[in-house]
Amino acid sequence: MSAVKLALKLAIALLLTPTLALAQQPDGSFSSPFRFGEPTGEAIYQNICAGCHMPDGRGATGAGAYPSLRQNPRLAATDYDIAIITRSQKAMPGFSRTLTERQIADVADYISKTFNTPLPESPK
Amino acid sequence: MQLQPESRRVTDQPQPSRRDLLSRIGAVAGSSAMYLAMTSLGLAAESQYSGPITLDGDPKGASVLILGAGIAGMVAALELRKAGYTVTVLDYNARPGGRTWTIHGGDTYTELGGETQDCRFAEGLYLNPGPWRIPYHHRGMLDYCKRLGVALEPFIQVNHNAYLHAKNAFDGKPQRYRTVQADFHGAVSDLLAKAVNADTLDHTVSKDDRESLLASLRSFGGLNADYTYKTGPTASARRGYDKPPGGGMGAEPTDSVVTSASDVLKSGLWRALAIAQDYDYQTTLFQPTGGMDMIARAFAREIGDLIRPNTKVTAIRQTNQNVTATWTDPTTGEHGTTTADWCLCTIPLSILSQIDINVAAPMQDAINAVPYAPGMKIGLQFKRRFWEQDDAIYGGISYTDLPITQIAYPNSDYLHDGPGVLLGAYPFGPYAYEFTALPPAERIRKAVEWGAQIHPQYKAEFEHGIAIGWHRVPGALGCYGQWSTEARDKHYKNLCALDGRILLAGEHASYIPAWQEGALLSALDAITRLHARVMSP
Repeated sequence: MSAVKLALKLAIALLLTPTLALAQQPDGSFSSPFRFGEPTGEAIYQNICAGCHMPDGRGATGAGAYPSLRQNPRLAATDYDIAIITRSQKAMPGFSRTLTERQIADVADYISKTFNTPLPESPK
Repeated sequence: MQLQPESRRVTDQPQPSRRDLLSRIGAVAGSSAMYLAMTSLGLAAESQYSGPITLDGDPKGASVLILGAGIAGMVAALELRKAGYTVTVLDYNARPGGRTWTIHGGDTYTELGGETQDCRFAEGLYLNPGPWRIPYHHRGMLDYCKRLGVALEPFIQVNHNAYLHAKNAFDGKPQRYRTVQADFHGAVSDLLAKAVNADTLDHTVSKDDRESLLASLRSFGGLNADYTYKTGPTASARRGYDKPPGGGMGAEPTDSVVTSASDVLKSGLWRALAIAQDYDYQTTLFQPTGGMDMIARAFAREIGDLIRPNTKVTAIRQTNQNVTATWTDPTTGEHGTTTADWCLCTIPLSILSQIDINVAAPMQDAINAVPYAPGMKIGLQFKRRFWEQDDAIYGGISYTDLPITQIAYPNSDYLHDGPGVLLGAYPFGPYAYEFTALPPAERIRKAVEWGAQIHPQYKAEFEHGIAIGWHRVPGALGCYGQWSTEARDKHYKNLCALDGRILLAGEHASYIPAWQEGALLSALDAITRLHARVMSP
């Protein structure tokens, strides 16, 4: 085999070698530096979104604020949050390159089901 | 502390000096025109920075309200006051510096969401959660460090004895940077030399160039006289020895065994070799001795009296006459307004995009166009500097494909006994988001668990740590402005242009995002244009 053929073969082998290791965490987190591996809407929310919007969806306030997702009337329109998660909104990054369309739909569904209904503990 | 004499402007020269000429061009036409003029005068520089700026003429007490006391705000405050302006600075944090920040032992930090971390680092040990290195070509930052008396020491970017590590390479055993580089260069050179000698490249490489190419491959790759890379003294001189040369009886070296080309390529470890090739990471880099906050402290010595800390800006309104910022003090509940003739706003766009500000649509659209990147750093204190004592790693960075991404060793106090702090994680992208979403204690636990795969000493030596996720930093809400090419094309000029009486500055108003130099240069450019506007109304 010529050196060039060897080099080509190596290059092809490298391209075909899966560079993304299998998820090492049960919730799919920390599986790739390029894409999120979380399999469920809940895991996506808790492992990514909660960094800003907080695990219970209440948001946070410092010099600026992360809006609460709890009973947020804008989230009643399902397309609204899908559009924001995909494309970005002001300082919030978009996730079209790091989440699949399915993952985005799943997390939007999780947000609307979990936070956009009356709080169980809230007096109604 | 006063600035050193060489920084004082010279105004009494009978003939315009080259610098005077440049500053006039800068005042009238902005810094890009000045840069072009410098190039035509034979001063083509590695930096837009051309020495201390001169803001000539009397602004007649004109006032400037600066929002934000990071690098951009403090540079502007220093220079505008020197030029005769009345300056006030409002800042959200209790300390000056913004993202120029160091956490020391005894500091307490509460992130968004309410988790509080008490830093228990030993005396003199620290973590720079934000910027931590200054490349040699960031001439503005270096000049201000010099003028303000900030002591600098080398930041070690490349350490040939640090580790490169991948979960699925070499059975997960970390490799020395030195051996990966030697074997990668050797393998690539060996293969290319074979192609040349097989006449495969005859259409590409002329007969004249052929000998030079072979000679260069031998030099670059550490090849033998027959253009092969293989185990022996030539390769060992690059990659090191199984038993290094010594003195006296039995001192002869034993060669180390080279890795096959296939294994080197498959390992993927060569990816990390490219990092230090980038302009931003080339030798020499510096760090302030004692922590990056030495720069913030030095500025505060000069203009700290101008800063009102703990001040959250809630609205910025301009009229034809002036600009008024409305604010609250979250520590006291006090409310107030501050009015000035002009406003230089350096608040990160992550926050400014939420503030009521009456600028025209082009600037408002630009303010809304920039998402903020994640970033996360963890400092870990260990009982002893085992990386030095056991692994002979003095400063520099190990890279891994584990989520921690890198481990950076302290670049000072080498060979000291007692505890040491290293940077135990510094990921970007998905890993940074995922770390940030965890409670701080869990971030640290994971960093220790993953780091132990590279340094097994972690388990016995770890004491405590501190973890900063930038999306949870209350005064920043993100690490830096992550411009897309499309957004820059559409909005960047509108972000930088004067809107009535309001100008913006900061790393987000630069082509050097996330770097202090970008904030500094944007501030100097902004106040140069502002001053030109004030002097020629």
